[in-house]
Amino acid sequence: MSRSGLSAERVITAGVELLAAALEGQAVDVRRVDWAPPVAGAEDALATVLLDPRRAQANADAVAAMTSARAELVDVRPASECLGLERGHFLHAGPPIGWDRASGPLRGALIGAAVYEGLAATADEAETMLAEGAFTWEPCHHRGAVGPMAGVVSSSMWMLELHDDLHDTRSWCSLNEGLGKVLRYGAYSPDVIDRLRWMSDVLGPALQKATRARGPIDVKAIVAQMIQMGDEGHNRNRAGTLMLLKEWLPHLIEAGLDPADLAEVVRFVSGNDHFFLNVGMPTCKLMTSAAAGIPGSTVVTTMARNGTDFGIRVSGTGDAWFTGPAQLAEGLYLGAFGPDDANPDIGDSAITETAGIGGFAMATAPAIVRFVGGSVPDALATTRRMYDICVGDNPGWALPIMDFRGTPTGIDVTAVLRTGRLPQINTGMAGKVAGTGQVGAGLVTPPMDCFTAAIEALADAVPARS
Amino acid sequence: MVVAIEAADDEAVGRAMAALGEALTRRPATSSTDSLGPLTSRTVGTAARTAEADLALVSTPGRVAVLDAVDALDSGLDVMLFSDNVAVEHEVALKERAAGAGLLVMGPDCGTAVVGGVGLGFANVVRPGPVGIVAASGTGAQHLMALLDEAGIGVAHCLGVGGRDLSSAVQGRSTFAAIDRLIRDDKVELIVVISKPPAAEVAAMLRDRATKVATPVLVRLLGPGEPDLTQTAAAVADALGRPWREPARLGPSLERRSGWLRGLFSGGTLCDEAMLIAAEALGEVWSNIPLAGQPALDETLTAPGRHVFIDFGDDRLTAGRPHPMIDGRIRNERLARELADPGCAVVLLDVVLGHAAHADPAAELAPLVASADKPVIVSLVGTRDDPQGRDGTAARLVDAGAVVHASNAAAAREAVLVVSAGTP
Repeated sequence: MSRSGLSAERVITAGVELLAAALEGQAVDVRRVDWAPPVAGAEDALATVLLDPRRAQANADAVAAMTSARAELVDVRPASECLGLERGHFLHAGPPIGWDRASGPLRGALIGAAVYEGLAATADEAETMLAEGAFTWEPCHHRGAVGPMAGVVSSSMWMLELHDDLHDTRSWCSLNEGLGKVLRYGAYSPDVIDRLRWMSDVLGPALQKATRARGPIDVKAIVAQMIQMGDEGHNRNRAGTLMLLKEWLPHLIEAGLDPADLAEVVRFVSGNDHFFLNVGMPTCKLMTSAAAGIPGSTVVTTMARNGTDFGIRVSGTGDAWFTGPAQLAEGLYLGAFGPDDANPDIGDSAITETAGIGGFAMATAPAIVRFVGGSVPDALATTRRMYDICVGDNPGWALPIMDFRGTPTGIDVTAVLRTGRLPQINTGMAGKVAGTGQVGAGLVTPPMDCFTAAIEALADAVPARS
Repeated sequence: MVVAIEAADDEAVGRAMAALGEALTRRPATSSTDSLGPLTSRTVGTAARTAEADLALVSTPGRVAVLDAVDALDSGLDVMLFSDNVAVEHEVALKERAAGAGLLVMGPDCGTAVVGGVGLGFANVVRPGPVGIVAASGTGAQHLMALLDEAGIGVAHCLGVGGRDLSSAVQGRSTFAAIDRLIRDDKVELIVVISKPPAAEVAAMLRDRATKVATPVLVRLLGPGEPDLTQTAAAVADALGRPWREPARLGPSLERRSGWLRGLFSGGTLCDEAMLIAAEALGEVWSNIPLAGQPALDETLTAPGRHVFIDFGDDRLTAGRPHPMIDGRIRNERLARELADPGCAVVLLDVVLGHAAHADPAAELAPLVASADKPVIVSLVGTRDDPQGRDGTAARLVDAGAVVHASNAAAAREAVLVVSAGTP
């Protein structure tokens, strides 16, 4: 690190333009910083945190942990079995929330789950019981799991189980139901419940047989390939889904399933472009979990929304949530739906951005702008912008269009506040009325409040200088 | 991915592993552009990730300048911190971190530096040579370099350390770091440290350090009873065995006059030096940056019937507007008032040339000087090769009727002489 010579042949400048120009006049190689003031009010906490001598190494360790984490799909099992989830206790997306503040889609999904579990005979009865406190719920993240959109998990739902054999951690996610009117978007009509039952009765057991017969599937390797095939791993999972199916297919065929069931399972997985999302998310969860709890690190380890609040967690502050109001996404709407129908941002799926894909890898998925809106140049610019708020690159996930630079990895709270650039998230949009389902897809960011709250807590956690 | 290594022995395996590690961690794009065009960065930290650099020049607002300065240190870069109003605890923390990394923090409030011939901030174009300067880093350092340049003595580096570096709080961390860097440079034959009087314990550390290094170190303090910058330049010439002649004076000879001296400065150290000379001869001298025991001007910056010195580069006068070395308007307005004031007998002012300074200060000053019915004495800090053209600037000011000195001390002495017999 120490510099032996004294040289100013190559200078980075931040601030007064006149001084940069004066250097250029002397034939100095000048690199100008496109400087902007940090977010107002965060200046003093930022200085405290940046001067913390632990920070640089802690952040390097966090990114190293994230990129070195492994993620293998090892099993498919009911939540009661793998998570020990009891009847009447639910998991949900985002930070903790009570019924009174719960959004329409989260309420709808809890209603649907209660009906599905047979805890209530009708949706009305389920709603009454939920409002009266007959059941309990907690964030998926508190149990090492992740759930897309409402993210509601109940005891008899089947879960994809992933293992990081380097850090010996596990993560779980439910099976993806497809698009449109589905539980995770808050729909709970009889056809939704029927599909969930088929998934538990046929799909889950079939995938369990195939997974166990196949042996561990390296999901990070699939992500590495899919992001070179036009997927960004959050709202576009087309290549990933087919590659996952390719791993399962021979073992499904050999599993001795009823031919009609076999055909339906293959049809269901291959016909749902988002099926892979539910293995991609726990993969990202394993990565970010590996980076959690490092004293002095300012790397974001969780971004999650419950439809009311957006919450983040940061490595150096452990399990604390820093929340702000969830925003409305901007994007494209399905059918006759419009902005008035959309609920604010919801779901644990922003774990993909937390691990460096999704919106952060937009550049590699130009086709996605037809789904979430925007233009191809916007997609390219988004990824470049995200490098400015991340600690490092993930060499395992290289983006061809960025000259094979790795995905931007390890969102740095201090960088977000200094640049004013918020993490870009690709997302689906749920209807705000319980029972509606999906109304569109688009782009969204966290509220800055999450980051201003986090920097204060990080500053408080810096040991006093001796 | 599996990498197989076929090797003759363990040592070869080690080499292969090292090469593999490097290949796997090498960042593919370290250029300032990618396939999409030029990269922009919002922080020094991200810029340093994609650009090879030696040093970062930070001139962002003082409350937040520490952020980009930390980035630079974390990226292995020396920092010139031009920003003022940086908290002393930030300064100490930055300099501690730099010491741990073998890096140098120049500043804060470092207005000038020369590193390997490159002028940073307000800097004059000086020839390369054997002198390494460590200074608080303002116009004092610029003046010393200009005087040496005129004597044919070049400067290898001039490293600014900030005005508080030799205080008890900062403990001379950058001064010592700068000396360490200069003694490792074979081109440096003499190190000159110029500073306001340091804290007693830091002065002792500095004297101790100066005696223990192989390169000769000349420590010169600025203040009452100490040599002025011109005498310091002469001492440097003497130490190097180079000839010295008194710096140039151009313009008409002046008569003694009755009235008051008004010093209008853009450089704080130049103002201080002139005040020391004036106070010694004239007694009471009013200023917005008063010497110890001398009266302070209020915000009107006026004291009729008194000798007055104003530093227009003082932080309190530059808040929200450009430094008078860049934009001379405020000082020029005051000059016009003093020229019209019958009580003012003589005006003393500095003109600082060099990179980043006003492109043509003579264009604004010469008409004012030409209209004057009283002497205007200019302390001109600059070198032959400065972008503004020192000799042309001097000639235009002399043509307008000014007296131009290459020595600030000599300019101050002449101004004092004009009023010394005639003070009412």
